Amino acid sequence: MSIVTVQLGQCGNQVGHEVFSCLCRDLHGPHGLSSSRDSQSYRDACRERFFWEQQSGGLVARAVLVDMEPKVISQTLSMAARAGSWRYSHHSHFCQKQGSGNNWANGYSVHGPRHKEAIMDLVQREAERCDRLGGFLTLMSMAGGTGSGLGAFVTQCLRDAFPSSFILNHVIWPYGTGEVIVQNYNSVLTLSHLYKSSDALLVHENDVIHKICAQLLNIKQISFRDVNQVIAHQLGSVFQPTHPAEGGSDYSRNPLGDLVEGLVPHPEFKVLALRNIPQMPENCLAFSTFSWPGLLKHLRQMLIARAHMEEGIDWQVRAPPPGPSSCGHSSDKPFNTSIANLLILRGKDVHSVALGSFQDPSLYTSWLSPQDAFHAWKTPRAFNKYEKSAALVSNSQFLLKPLDSIVGKAWNMFASKAYIHQYTKFGIEEEDFLDSFTTLEQVISSYTTL
Amino acid sequence: MTQSVVVQVGQCGNQVGCRFWDLALREHAAVNKKGIYDEALSSFFRNVDTRSGAVGPDIYKGKICSLKARALLIDMEEGVVNEILQGPLRDVFDSKQLITDVSGSGNNWAVGHKLYGYQYREDIVEKLRKTAEHCDCLQCFFIIHSMGGGTGSGLGTFVLNLLEDEFPEVYRFVTSVYPSGEDDVITSPYNSVLAMKELNEHADCVLPIENESLCDIVNKINQMINSGKLGSTVKQNSLVTSSTANAKTLQEKPFDAMNNIVANLLLNLTSSARFEGSLNMDLNEISMNLVPFPRLHYLVSSLTPLYTLADVNVPSRRLDQMFSDAFSRDHQLIQADPKHSLYLACALLVRGNVQVSDLRRNIERSSETTSDPDISRGIQFIWDPIQRAQGCAPASEPV
Repeated sequence: MSIVTVQLGQCGNQVGHEVFSCLCRDLHGPHGLSSSRDSQSYRDACRERFFWEQQSGGLVARAVLVDMEPKVISQTLSMAARAGSWRYSHHSHFCQKQGSGNNWANGYSVHGPRHKEAIMDLVQREAERCDRLGGFLTLMSMAGGTGSGLGAFVTQCLRDAFPSSFILNHVIWPYGTGEVIVQNYNSVLTLSHLYKSSDALLVHENDVIHKICAQLLNIKQISFRDVNQVIAHQLGSVFQPTHPAEGGSDYSRNPLGDLVEGLVPHPEFKVLALRNIPQMPENCLAFSTFSWPGLLKHLRQMLIARAHMEEGIDWQVRAPPPGPSSCGHSSDKPFNTSIANLLILRGKDVHSVALGSFQDPSLYTSWLSPQDAFHAWKTPRAFNKYEKSAALVSNSQFLLKPLDSIVGKAWNMFASKAYIHQYTKFGIEEEDFLDSFTTLEQVISSYTTL
Repeated sequence: MTQSVVVQVGQCGNQVGCRFWDLALREHAAVNKKGIYDEALSSFFRNVDTRSGAVGPDIYKGKICSLKARALLIDMEEGVVNEILQGPLRDVFDSKQLITDVSGSGNNWAVGHKLYGYQYREDIVEKLRKTAEHCDCLQCFFIIHSMGGGTGSGLGTFVLNLLEDEFPEVYRFVTSVYPSGEDDVITSPYNSVLAMKELNEHADCVLPIENESLCDIVNKINQMINSGKLGSTVKQNSLVTSSTANAKTLQEKPFDAMNNIVANLLLNLTSSARFEGSLNMDLNEISMNLVPFPRLHYLVSSLTPLYTLADVNVPSRRLDQMFSDAFSRDHQLIQADPKHSLYLACALLVRGNVQVSDLRRNIERSSETTSDPDISRGIQFIWDPIQRAQGCAPASEPV
């Protein structure tokens, strides 16, 4: 089944380009210890999911590029064409001249309705090109104007036009130190609107990725390109073909569907976080060996202690003993309660891995049994030079604190009505802000009382 | 790519504008080696085929034929504009883009605003429309003028009014040169106050500039040159104040050095809109993020470094020093001290080889020293890493 990617705004387009490059690199890369027949079916599945083939044999990404100013799209298209192994379709991009000015209201209320026809037309064409449509993946940032505002509008349109397809929004959380002054407003508005139309929100935080680049990958001068490559690696490790949970030798046909079904049992809880292990600079790979028990132990503790990466994990955090839960908000407790977890394992000896530690009922909420809450996907094919790698997509309290902090900052700004006139100019009134705050407060309190 | 139109009014406005066009041409010449008329050029220039006379059709792609600035030169006396038209920039300006009169405004805001405004209204509107028609997507008007005189302040603010009426969707960025303490125009306080009222109501964003600060910066640079501290590590022709090869030659016109600083400011402000980078920022984003309340649209600007190093690899220490300088009073173009009062919002525009990590580090450094205001203070940074032909030329300005 094919996934159509919609890249929105500068961030979305830059990340999207890295994602496709990563997928293509993995496609042509070495296949570790899996058999060549297995590897061939892996390649076919990957190709079908994200690319379509031209008569001449070149791979074209199943993607629609949208931005309100032309610079980034032209840069992205030319970079892809230059790389040679894959490219974007010539007719799948839409851009305007003026940009959204970091203004959510501009993206949502002005550019959205104005360009709805053109954008949905492109999406429709991409969707029709698929033999079987598996769903939509949108790449966007929350801080800017186009990715966030137009992104929220496009998600709504996708939901209206394709009511039974899965929509997964990949959202980039801005740096805490600030990239855009009104990022908190834009984030609050985006999240509250996406919550209504999207099936799940997969979040990457710039702060976290930056730390990974600095501490694990040892990059001295981190550029956005490095950050995007890490994001692409993590996304690739989730979306590349795997065998479904029930076993069987065919590759999973419905990745988005399985992911969403497994991880979002209740529409109130849609925020997913992603953790990937191991991450290390290339020159260290030759000197490292990995074992599944070791990797899984680290990943489990990362989950429990809400750690961002495999260094600096707080090993003191333990699962609470079973029985009636003690009083106090769980957001204060360092232990991370999960609703559902999805573990994706890639590499050799993957079928003999013991996953009991993740099926411990103390990790999960009381209203979902571990059999329903925990899923595992496996494939013997190695991903992207790592002999063994594991990714964890988790619907848990990972993002509670960041969400709380963003809403808090936005509320502070709102209390003095700063910048509101910029939004009112384009039709977003104070009531819309208040609605968004209410929605997000509701989400925060739901996650807190897990 | 969006276009911007520069409207220069009065003696000061035209002199600063002249330096701006000169520097803009040099910047593009350094970057654009092949002589192709590209998107970056189109933001400030038109490419006109002058073989069929001065009124040729516009050429949108291909080689540069003849570049014409998207500008309107307005002055009520002919001296300054004539000088420009006889200087090296004469071919850059279309003869249709000028509005001049003979007698001047006599340092009287009322004469500039009411008398000449009335008289030249249709003319100005028509010429503005013509210029706007040549633009594919007009984003912004830059108005350059002084506040102390008659034409710049009176007629300049009248034009601002006009722009709001005729082009309500286009941003209006005003660069105003405020009179300094030793100003020689006696009526300058009146002119400034009357003009400020107009700026309050009709401008989207104002960049006030004080002659005193410009003077201080020029003196600082001269001091640095003369003391020989800079030596060979500094490229003489990349001083923020110079436009020619050797900074040691006496500037012929006394205000040239100061005007160059203002011109540099304007160029850097628009650089992200013209060149591509990893995190772009357009003019509408500047206005969006730095104007929390509609009437609070006055921006304090500062530029660093004041000279560029011949050594391309800027070590981190120097980079950190640049950031600290950007927040210091010596580098500001207006006498103000926001560090001891309150930053409502701050934007860092960085050009050259600077990465996210450097910016984050410096922002964390500076946020430790400033106090927390009631409004959640945000610091915004944007930049474009263009590699300029004359070696990395990092120049950052918090606005």
